[in-house]
Amino acid sequence: MTDHATIIDDLVGGFDSAELEDSHGQHVVRLSPAEWKSFAEAAKEAGFEVCVDVTAVDWMRQKAERFEIVANLLSMRHRLRLRMIAPVGRVDPTIDSLVPVWPGANYAEREAYDMFGIVFDGHPDLTRILMPDDWDGHPLRKDFGVGGVPVQFKASHQVE
Amino acid sequence: MTDEKTRDADTIDLWVAGTEEPQFSPTEYSPTDEGSQEIGAEETQHRLDEQFGRVVSDDYVFDDDALDDERMIVNMGPQHPSTHGVLRLQIELEGEIIRRTKPVIGYLHTGMEKTAEQLTFSQGPTNVTRMDYLAPLHGELAYSLAVERLLDVEVPPRAAAIRVLLTELNRVSSHLVALATNGMDVGALSMMIYGFRERESILAFFEKTTGLRMNHNFIRPGGVAADLPPGWKDDVAAILDDLPGRLAQYDDLLKENPIWTSRTRGVGVITADEATAYGITGPALRASGVDWDLRKAFPYSGIDQYEFDVPVGERGDVYDRYRVRVDEIHESLKIVSQVMDTIPKGDYRIDDRKITPPPRARIDESMEALIHHFKLFTEGFKVPAGETYVAVESPRGELGCYMASDGGARPYRMHTRAPSFANLQALPIAMADSLMADTIATIASMDPVMGDVDR
Repeated sequence: MTDHATIIDDLVGGFDSAELEDSHGQHVVRLSPAEWKSFAEAAKEAGFEVCVDVTAVDWMRQKAERFEIVANLLSMRHRLRLRMIAPVGRVDPTIDSLVPVWPGANYAEREAYDMFGIVFDGHPDLTRILMPDDWDGHPLRKDFGVGGVPVQFKASHQVE
Repeated sequence: MTDEKTRDADTIDLWVAGTEEPQFSPTEYSPTDEGSQEIGAEETQHRLDEQFGRVVSDDYVFDDDALDDERMIVNMGPQHPSTHGVLRLQIELEGEIIRRTKPVIGYLHTGMEKTAEQLTFSQGPTNVTRMDYLAPLHGELAYSLAVERLLDVEVPPRAAAIRVLLTELNRVSSHLVALATNGMDVGALSMMIYGFRERESILAFFEKTTGLRMNHNFIRPGGVAADLPPGWKDDVAAILDDLPGRLAQYDDLLKENPIWTSRTRGVGVITADEATAYGITGPALRASGVDWDLRKAFPYSGIDQYEFDVPVGERGDVYDRYRVRVDEIHESLKIVSQVMDTIPKGDYRIDDRKITPPPRARIDESMEALIHHFKLFTEGFKVPAGETYVAVESPRGELGCYMASDGGARPYRMHTRAPSFANLQALPIAMADSLMADTIATIASMDPVMGDVDR
């Protein structure tokens, strides 16, 4: 088994925008959205056979690019995890889909689309998954209010 | 799934008309008294075999050139007793054969990830525990481990041991429900009653320990809510004494039962390659022959100090998933018994008043304790900015918690990687080109919990 650091360094070395970070002892790669898919393909070649999860974070008014797309990769062969993070902007939140690389990213990307309105380019069936089809807006965005259903109180039932 | 797999004589007693008829030895099975009675003049050996379920002969043929108007789309659920909640399937049928399946989910979506952003870090476990309601302690554990990683703190050994003890017992109770419902769905009603009966003994222990049967909010950032109750060893010992015998009874009931095996063998097959490509985890992955368990690969909460094996299946069918679950119950009991023998003395939560509340008695004596208590239960504790992903092996697979903090007292973003959600993606693959009657067995063997799927 090759050394974990070597695998990661070899993988990250081939990409201009890739920056390796240590986040509480976990490997994190920050990428430009342009290299998102090519990095994913290279990662699969390097032994990351499972895409565990794809999700997003809304950094509204906190970061220059509003959204961060997060993909958790897992290599069973090397017992190694790697997290890919790419920023996408507020105006056109679009990034390449990972479904052609890992079919398992399908539902996770649909959820990110549903909750944040991130468009995954090349996704076979990018529809809402958890919210109703006719829902307005994307609930996990920070500018989407928590809200609530107004409760109507009536004085019709009175106890003497 | 290809036709080849269904027709594999090794895995299934299905005889497709037009192929060579399998040979059966009548001496192998002895008819029961009831079955051996003469019913009609046409009581041939083959007819008897059919009635006993030894041979399934169907008159359908696989026809790839079916016309479009022979295809039918059937809607199943969301209100259906066998879909384990509110799972809805759109099934495209050609005769009796399923060609395509589309799971439609979201009927139980309550926006728990949004709710998590409104709750402080110490309130968070009350939320995540309601996601996978059959394995609430695993959800709490993943959440707490994520917060602790962001805080860079380590819980005391006793807290870690209590966490392992409770989560492994929870795995047993969750697998018992899986066995029970799987049995019920294919007609073994007694299995349902047995499974729920044995689960009750574990839930009774949980109630004594945590105060609640489900949704415990017991594992919290910084440790656990309370120490184990007095006499807990007797309760756990009773469970450990009782369960292996009961599991042997289930094996008598199901393991070689011809009805059970013919309904589950070779049904809903997922190959190892499919499982990894679709991100399937947990018993469904191991049944396909992949030796992968997060408890071994990325040990958490000190689980690597206990000895246990990872049961692995071969064929990836419903039967193997059932076997893997039964074997996992045995392994979990092994862990529980080791924890019981080796549990260290000490604190059940970290002694850091910025994270865990002071003991009740101290509040009357110490100003600082009162301030800490007040701050913790009004503002909550702040967690340094950062992001992390922590995963635990829940009964359904990899239960991950992705947490991003902006330095405040509430998670900026909390995302749960739900194992049932990902495993559901395999349902169309497992069900493609199989019989309509096998749908229920396949769903049950994936053991989806809709609270976990929809969150």
